Amino acid sequence: MKLLEQLCLAYGPSGAEGCVREQIKNEIAPYADEISVDALGNLIAHKKGSGKKIMLAAHMDEIGLMVTYIDDKGFLRFAQVGWLPPVFTINRQVRFENGVKGVVAYEKEMEKELKQAKLFIDIGAKSREEAESMVKVGDCAVMVSEFTEMNDRVTCKAMDNRAGCYALIKAAQEINSSNDIYYVFTTQEEIGLRGAKTAAFAIEPDLALSVDTTMTGDTPESDKMAVTLGGGVAIKVMDGSIITNSYLRKRMIELAQGIPYQLEVLIDGGTDGGTIHTSRGGVMTGGISIPTRYIHSITETVDKNDLKNAITLIKRFCEEV
Amino acid sequence: MLETLSNLNGVSGSEDEVRSFILSKIKADEVTVDVMGNIIAFRKGLKSHKKMMVCAHMDEVGFIISEITDKGFLKFKSVGGIDERVLISKHVTVGPDKLPGVIAVKAVHLQEKEEREKPVEEKDLAIDIGAESKEQAQKLVKIGDYAAFDTSYSLFGDRFMKGKALDDRIGCACLLKLLERNYDFDFYGVFSVCEEIGGTGAKVAAQNIRPDLALVLEGTTCSDVYKTEPHQQVTRLGDGVCIPIRDRSMVANRELVDALIACAEKNKIKWQYKHTTAGGTDGGAIHASGAGVKCAVLAVPTRYIHSPVGVASVDDYEAFLLLTEKFMEEVGGLI
Repeated sequence: MKLLEQLCLAYGPSGAEGCVREQIKNEIAPYADEISVDALGNLIAHKKGSGKKIMLAAHMDEIGLMVTYIDDKGFLRFAQVGWLPPVFTINRQVRFENGVKGVVAYEKEMEKELKQAKLFIDIGAKSREEAESMVKVGDCAVMVSEFTEMNDRVTCKAMDNRAGCYALIKAAQEINSSNDIYYVFTTQEEIGLRGAKTAAFAIEPDLALSVDTTMTGDTPESDKMAVTLGGGVAIKVMDGSIITNSYLRKRMIELAQGIPYQLEVLIDGGTDGGTIHTSRGGVMTGGISIPTRYIHSITETVDKNDLKNAITLIKRFCEEV
Repeated sequence: MLETLSNLNGVSGSEDEVRSFILSKIKADEVTVDVMGNIIAFRKGLKSHKKMMVCAHMDEVGFIISEITDKGFLKFKSVGGIDERVLISKHVTVGPDKLPGVIAVKAVHLQEKEEREKPVEEKDLAIDIGAESKEQAQKLVKIGDYAAFDTSYSLFGDRFMKGKALDDRIGCACLLKLLERNYDFDFYGVFSVCEEIGGTGAKVAAQNIRPDLALVLEGTTCSDVYKTEPHQQVTRLGDGVCIPIRDRSMVANRELVDALIACAEKNKIKWQYKHTTAGGTDGGAIHASGAGVKCAVLAVPTRYIHSPVGVASVDDYEAFLLLTEKFMEEVGGLI
């Protein structure tokens, strides 16, 4: 779990994934023949083989807060990077890439409908000048949280999708296949699946698999959804961005024999598969999801067994599909 | 040049007039018009064949005629994002022959209380072209014809300018200027179509050109009037050329943004951030095209954008022209 902890705590909001990319690069390097970074910042690790060209994608980016304005007193206004409702940020600690820390607060008494424009970040600066010496407009912060194990579960910020990155790295360590495999750690998934789009174009895979987190429907009064935490690795059927390839889905169900799995239909949201499967002349694309509670909050929670099963299924996919 | 460009009509999908004018003025080694209607002007690199694409869109927001009523009024649909409430009683011209028209709404004394209290909607409006019957109107206008705002460009006040299509003829004028010379690298000047309805022109142009680097020249929103909290003012008129970092369509490439800021500082050119992340540009389609393109945007703040009349500062425009020119001199090192 040490690696997962390091990945979750790493800094990497959409569009500023440099730190987390460096960390992943070090982890994946021993299992790749070639590593490159493209114009959008995707990390592409290529393990050469004579078989099918398989693209495995997990996004590195996390949701964040981008500074849009610094006022006379040194308070920062910010925009959401990705889907981040005000209620998830209020009174949270945040951290910038350069180490500057801050807290998020709301203008005055909280209304029933919280407005993003009334939120601000306090970084302890006493004037505009002081604040400007610490951060610039356009800099991004991420929320701060601890990595905590609770029984069989672990909780932290950025589990979406460092859990997916972790699964991909762990699978890479175990995969023994003659297929031509591209491990792609993508950027800007949270703001429109953008990194995966250009990576898929460059790679032109025969088959693709996106590895990401998904929601669950098993908490008190939660929206109805058939995925449960600890219910096994989820094989994606559909989300807002893709209906997965039916052949691959069938094949993945066969490959999942002997390990707990569940089928996932996510009403909203999307994954990298959304832009991969419509790349060029079309790509057969499937999805493996790690069930996650409280998505986009600092308490994103996954189950260790689901994670283990996801790694097994990715490995089998690469070796036997 | 900007005056002429702003006065031309070129609602998204009907950019012919703007395209013809630009084609008559353009200087380049090779000029083509692609299947979408984009103009692609090429200047061969003096030293390398790395590709830089600079893009400005020719189209503007406007209307498309959707129905001719029994009384000879024209019902319409907006093309691009327009606040319906600004449309009442505005002058427009309809079709290629620029038939004069006025946007009509039920007179206030005839409106029910309920009608007066709610904002007007597009469906309540129609264009009056002075026709007395459906038959007469049908002789002058076809369904599918376009209508554009009828506002003449002029200078006013203390170095302000106003016009209907400053977004993005400002960018077109700048790009024409950049095309007057060759650069070390291959230079593609793209005058794109249909930016206001989703950037479809730039998308196709970028796919064909496959640039190594791209710069988008734009008009951007400016909300420094009325009671807008400072942090919600996108840009401020007179505070210089705008270097956006992120909008709805793109995170600008950080390396390019830093280089643009450094270039502005070095040449003492006034520049400003964009303080919100709304809106989109052709950059959205360009940066995510092919295997990905490093892309940034430079923009001129424009008050009342997407209305019959936009207002920009001559100083901001000059800062925009100067920064673009200076940046082009040094960008070769980044490609």
